[in-house]
Amino acid sequence: MRKNSLHFQRKYLSVPYMIFMVLFVVVPLLLIIAYAFTDQNGVPSVENLLAFFRDTNNINTLIISLLIGFGNTVLCLLVGYPVAYFLAKKNLGFTMATVLLFVMPMWINFVLRTAATRDLLFWLGLNGGDHPYVTTMIGMVYNYLPFTILPLYTTMIKMDQSQIEASYDLGATPPQTFLKIILPMTMPGIVSAATMVFMPTMSSYVISDVMGERKISLIGNSIQLYFDQGLWHMGSLVALIMLVMIVIGSIATRNIKTEDDARGGLW
Amino acid sequence: MKDNKNIIIELKNVSKHYGQTYAVEDFNLYVKKGEFITFLGPSGCGKTTTLRMIAGFEMPTAGEILLNGKDITSLPPYQRPVNTVFQRYALFPHLDVYDNIAFGLKLKKIDDGGRMRKLTTKEISEKVRAALKIVDLEEYEDRDIATLSGGQQQRIAIARAIVNEPEILLLDEPLGALDLKMRKDMQLELKEMHKKLGITFIYVTHDQEEALTLSDTIVVMKDGMIQQIGTPEGIYNEPANAFVADFIGESNIYSGTMIDRLKVRFLGHVFDALDEFDKNEKVDVVVRPEDVKLVPPGQGMLDGKLIDKIFKGIHYEYTLMVGHTEVIIQDTRNMEVNCDAGIIIEPDGIHIMKKEFTANIYDDAYIDKNNNVVISDFAFPCDVTKLVPGSTLDGDGYVIGPDGTVYDFTDADVKVTIGLGDIEIMDNIDESTAWGNIVENIYKGDHYMVTVRTQQDEDFILDTVYTYDAGDQVGIRVKPELISLALKGEAKKYAKK
Repeated sequence: MRKNSLHFQRKYLSVPYMIFMVLFVVVPLLLIIAYAFTDQNGVPSVENLLAFFRDTNNINTLIISLLIGFGNTVLCLLVGYPVAYFLAKKNLGFTMATVLLFVMPMWINFVLRTAATRDLLFWLGLNGGDHPYVTTMIGMVYNYLPFTILPLYTTMIKMDQSQIEASYDLGATPPQTFLKIILPMTMPGIVSAATMVFMPTMSSYVISDVMGERKISLIGNSIQLYFDQGLWHMGSLVALIMLVMIVIGSIATRNIKTEDDARGGLW
Repeated sequence: MKDNKNIIIELKNVSKHYGQTYAVEDFNLYVKKGEFITFLGPSGCGKTTTLRMIAGFEMPTAGEILLNGKDITSLPPYQRPVNTVFQRYALFPHLDVYDNIAFGLKLKKIDDGGRMRKLTTKEISEKVRAALKIVDLEEYEDRDIATLSGGQQQRIAIARAIVNEPEILLLDEPLGALDLKMRKDMQLELKEMHKKLGITFIYVTHDQEEALTLSDTIVVMKDGMIQQIGTPEGIYNEPANAFVADFIGESNIYSGTMIDRLKVRFLGHVFDALDEFDKNEKVDVVVRPEDVKLVPPGQGMLDGKLIDKIFKGIHYEYTLMVGHTEVIIQDTRNMEVNCDAGIIIEPDGIHIMKKEFTANIYDDAYIDKNNNVVISDFAFPCDVTKLVPGSTLDGDGYVIGPDGTVYDFTDADVKVTIGLGDIEIMDNIDESTAWGNIVENIYKGDHYMVTVRTQQDEDFILDTVYTYDAGDQVGIRVKPELISLALKGEAKKYAKK
């Protein structure tokens, strides 16, 4: 018997997603590239690129963004790692509810949360206008901490207690065990956490605006500024530069073993 | 027997409890240098906990562990000259085979003419190669752990432990995850390895056959306590109690009575015995299936009906019914079933053991205000008038003595005795007085001796003809008149003024 040509095939299920992908990912991406390398009249040019690097303000913004992104990543890992480690320790009896407690701030409106942090710091005597970098870092760490804890927690919960015991058994002291076993085994979580913090930090501008009282300008601020002024071509170029940095970042971390996907967990 | 120079490790009165529950209780053992010793028992018997205390992962609650005469009880695992092969290997996935095995060596410091130094790369590499040779995986140095099969991973885990030249090698059910064929091969290899290396092996398993194959000495454990220590032959041929007999090998276990010092009655027949017991003592009798000889009907000591035959490869396993009691027999001959047959059991095939339980005795029971007796938080209806001979019960629940004294036994401490046959077992918990899970089930030829453990860890041991599985939740009930009560202290203490 001939197969019904209208017979439902499983691959058709992917059609809505494909349409979405093309409309909202591929086309905008191509548009960004097209805008970045054309001038106001639609003529292809590299003038935007040259203009970007000619302006030292832009370079400064880029460097400050990189530094804040890097600092935030390091601080988040330093704070989040021990938290995730103890949450994942089964014998300490932390439940999923305790883990949720750490993630819960994420569910409060982001702008509201940031404004509240600013007011709290102000009340404590830390003025965003006087110490823009300190307050911005505090705001960043507070906002991105859940994104570090979750991937770290998911890798750590999968770690076998007997592997740590095996390390002790073979003569490694607790610090040696941490450096030689626990740290390498949680590396996928660290990489995942770092990528989830570093790039968004650089491109976020609300936190730095609110916390640093607009005294700090990040790459995200530049993009917003250009778009607000109708400079679509320049804005697209800056967005493209960020995109290139993300791609370079992911290629650099690709070689680190990520056997199991460390992301996910609560979602 | 006990020669101090030859003892490598000694456990003295070691106990481990978690809250109220005992994992290991008053464990005493010494292990000789070069011995292959096995802790054998069902899951939850405390064998792994004991091993973990030797490794240093658990601290004993009481007692001490001596290694070469020195107290190591509070020494952390990384300072103990013992290494462990873990149940699920616990290899390091981020290191390759070579680095896994070299892990311990790279950390090690050796005494080189009074100066402590690390091992050189060359020394490490030589040792790793030698260890890989022992486990027969010489070409695997650069392989990734994830690419190895279960059996290969197990060998690497063994190599990683023995490369450190430990004084004792601890093995926690190392073959548990392997298939049967692989397990048999590895058993022989382990034995071979033990001979070659000459170090002490302490092995944990729940597989009795594995224990019999490998060990010089077996320690049979149950509920955190040692049941028997002995050679494989000793434990198989002379089990210390019904539990050991049931756990090691196949056996027929019967309740018997000594009708003379060397004569025992079971299966409705009097047999000559080699074990001496007091006359009239109730005993457990163990007969191994291979010690029962099948003969034509009328020619044996007693007759029964052959009802079942199973082919087991090298022999047939027959079931013979003597009245309502089953006798399992192993015989190499192929015979007809569903016919009468006789059996002969020689005196050396009959092993008599002291009966462990003749009744359930509860020392910390009390009477509640409704005149129930409370055992393990369960209130059993009982006859409180038994506490005072000749007494009656009045309408308010007070006991009236024959002389007119009124007793109030509320909260009185009593000792309760309930016979094994007096407890009813049932599936329907709603109809029962108490409930728990079956933790042990020993077949006694015509009935099962079942141990029901309540949530409060109190055991009710009972005889039943019905089949239950270990782990089943069941209810129990006792007729009030079958509960015997004994008051602690004098009755007049409870007399109402």
